[in-house]
Amino acid sequence: MGSGPAILSLKDVRYAWPGRASFALDIPDFTLAASESVLLLGESGSGKSTLLSLICGTITADAGTVTVAGTDIASMSAGQRDQFRAEHIGLIFQQFNLLPYARVLDNVLLPLRFAPLRRARAGVPRETASQLCSSLGLPADAIAAHAGMLSVGQQQRVAAARALIGAPPLIVADEPTSALDAATQTTFLDLLFAQVQTSGGTLLMVSHDARLAPHFDRVVHMSDITRIGEGAL
Amino acid sequence: MMLRLAFGSLMARALTVGMTILAIALSVALFLGVEKVRTGAKASFADTISGTDLIVGARSGSVQLLLYSVFRIGNATNNVTWDSYQDIASRPEVDWIVPISLGDSHRQFRVMGTTRAFFERYKYRSGQSLAVADGALMDDVFDTVIGADVAATLGYSVGSPIVVAHGLASFVEHDNQPFRVSGILAKTGTPVDRTVIVSLEAIEAIHVDWQSGAAIPGQSTSPDTIRQMKLEPKAVTAALVGVKSRLKVFALQRAINEYPQEPLLAILPGVALQELWQIVGIAETALIAVSGMVVVTALIGMMATIFSSLNERRREMAIFRAMGARPRVVLGLLIVEAAMMAAFGAALGLGVLYIALFVAQPLMDAAFGLWLPIDPPSLRELWVLACVVGAGVIVSIVPALRAYRMSLADGMMVRI
Repeated sequence: MGSGPAILSLKDVRYAWPGRASFALDIPDFTLAASESVLLLGESGSGKSTLLSLICGTITADAGTVTVAGTDIASMSAGQRDQFRAEHIGLIFQQFNLLPYARVLDNVLLPLRFAPLRRARAGVPRETASQLCSSLGLPADAIAAHAGMLSVGQQQRVAAARALIGAPPLIVADEPTSALDAATQTTFLDLLFAQVQTSGGTLLMVSHDARLAPHFDRVVHMSDITRIGEGAL
Repeated sequence: MMLRLAFGSLMARALTVGMTILAIALSVALFLGVEKVRTGAKASFADTISGTDLIVGARSGSVQLLLYSVFRIGNATNNVTWDSYQDIASRPEVDWIVPISLGDSHRQFRVMGTTRAFFERYKYRSGQSLAVADGALMDDVFDTVIGADVAATLGYSVGSPIVVAHGLASFVEHDNQPFRVSGILAKTGTPVDRTVIVSLEAIEAIHVDWQSGAAIPGQSTSPDTIRQMKLEPKAVTAALVGVKSRLKVFALQRAINEYPQEPLLAILPGVALQELWQIVGIAETALIAVSGMVVVTALIGMMATIFSSLNERRREMAIFRAMGARPRVVLGLLIVEAAMMAAFGAALGLGVLYIALFVAQPLMDAAFGLWLPIDPPSLRELWVLACVVGAGVIVSIVPALRAYRMSLADGMMVRI
């Protein structure tokens, strides 16, 4: 593991939020190899969210290059970056990350709406989505329900299915287990890892919880890869 | 799928969305209702008289003459003397002439003296003739034929006695000359429904014991004596005239307008109606403007609801962004939602309109003699509905642009 070509690489990346001079992110070098699973540990305020926004291309670096799956993020227009994100990155958030009024399958299929290639990879999207949901341990009645009706644990599985569908090369998870209890956490992670392995994707999980470390190929601390500017929170 | 999501999002906020839709629906129903009443009233007015080439009366305004002679609205300022009437009747251009004598009332209904020719010559709704629903036309001096509304309101049937009051809002009744109902006319939807029709002689008969608008004290002539009298009218209020050839209408009109013995006025009903529309047009425009404003208000209400929902929906928009939706998808989603709300509102408004029409049709007819037809929506109405949806879309662009900027700034990270 961790020997393939780089799926994600940040070189000499600097970013400061406009109007917030006190905070600046500075990452000299951070690389993820294909099919690697990495846990990125950091306290809140350490720049995790900013890093994720940079990787996903909702913001662009002031200096340096962010390369995802061989493409320099900065070389694309905002619209292209949005589509690129849809095609190449599966995202799981902490919680509340489903559309509560939409059915589970519509939630899972949502990214495919913006990513035609990923949609093509997904085969018959609805069937693939159902299969993913089942393999992530969602009961059939939950799959048919509105997302808002599910428990938090079930919602996270739906979010995982949504990130995995169409096998994007990079899965980014932002504290996906923090709202789950310990037992559910373990089950969720096991299921997630199994599915990531099946799809052959690379997993980058961001968390403050060091106890998750044993699951991963590699554990990186935010402080190892960043030089944070003066007056950081 | 995006439509389904937009619909789901609306359903999730069913209460506020429902209220917004209801407001739009009511405003649309009001707007279309005003249109219905307006066009209905216009059609009803235009249908009231047909087949009459000229209306002749004392010189006043053409609209005034039309209103009091045909619609029983307002009063004549003067009469046409019987001599002049006879003179006009004998002109070669005149095919037929029907005198009308107004000025008395029965309860809230006007009494009109005329000849039997009225029942043949008076036409409404593109050439329909009056029909007797019950009984017969008047035979005796004291016979009356009443309109359908008169019979319905006062509960009269053939044979019922009637007492005619002098003047319009007077309590002085001609109670020594009792009339009876000889016939009831079928419903026409015109002012005839609200008229008590008597013979021209009857009008004279009522006033045998009257002089200068007051009863002569102590004098009372019995009905039988009156029947023996020669009851020739001294004057009539107006006359409906038909000409032999349409080409002669203007010549006859000019001749009457320049009648040397008496100041008279002859009008073409259609032309006078046009003048009436011009007068009413301002009020009509105002009415349309007000109901249009109500629609605009409802749409602005929708804009306000969308605005206030934006903050609680930032997370939803962030999810869309995280999944790869461009900010303009968020913009489009909000506009589609607004279009849906406006469309539901417009459709519901149309439904409300038809329910209201169904309920109000008999009431409007009874109260105002206004028959509102229940037709499928006209092209014009469909245009109005389309414009409401279009305006809804335009109005929603403002909050949608705000959402666009918000989602551009938030990206996929929302801190609430």
